[in-house]
Amino acid sequence: MMMFYWISLIIVSIGFTGLLFRLVKGPSIADRVVALDAIGISLVSIVALLSLIIETEFFLEIILLLSILSFIGTIAFAKFLERGEIFDRNNNR
Amino acid sequence: MRTNDVMLQTATKVVTFIILMFAVHIFFAGHYTPGGGFVGGLLTTSAIVLLMLAFDLETVKKILPINYVSMTAVGLLLALATAAASIIFDVPFFTHAYDYYDLPLFGNTSLHSALLFDVGVYLVVVGVTMTIIQTIGEDG
Repeated sequence: MMMFYWISLIIVSIGFTGLLFRLVKGPSIADRVVALDAIGISLVSIVALLSLIIETEFFLEIILLLSILSFIGTIAFAKFLERGEIFDRNNNR
Repeated sequence: MRTNDVMLQTATKVVTFIILMFAVHIFFAGHYTPGGGFVGGLLTTSAIVLLMLAFDLETVKKILPINYVSMTAVGLLLALATAAASIIFDVPFFTHAYDYYDLPLFGNTSLHSALLFDVGVYLVVVGVTMTIIQTIGEDG
């Protein structure tokens, strides 16, 4: 079973480098935003696989923290791309 | 411009409280495991930022009427007072006191005066980051 975790870790890491390439090169901003979101998910899975490999539970909070930060970052970027500003002063007028 | 953000606003109403509960958990986990006042403060800030993203600045100001500058001041005062209280007991600066108590719901718990210091750090982090974000966000 340990071999399976290591193989998964290597596959996710290869995907991570591909996403890094897309983040640096990405022709449009939208490509970079999607790459950043997927990098967040890859980081979460890397941390999860590492905590399986070294058999500890201390990393599980980091997974929740990373997913919250990636969620808020993606929403902020999406709103910025859609409307051009992040915080509205007043929505109702 | 009136916009229609039903999905984001509905998700925010649930997710904000999950993030706040996680912030409280991280804050108290900082006693023995990774976590503490700084990360808890940042998580609380991110919950408020999520509210600001889904709604708007004036609504968030109405539901959380907090002066973040004085919040920072209170946090600094609390942290400094906890650090300086050790002088009264004739021990070196920043010495903390702790003991074990039998609390009704928690069982045998160690109560530590470092918690008060961490509350100060938490208030400072939330106050400073929210001041920065509000100042930048109101510009546009």
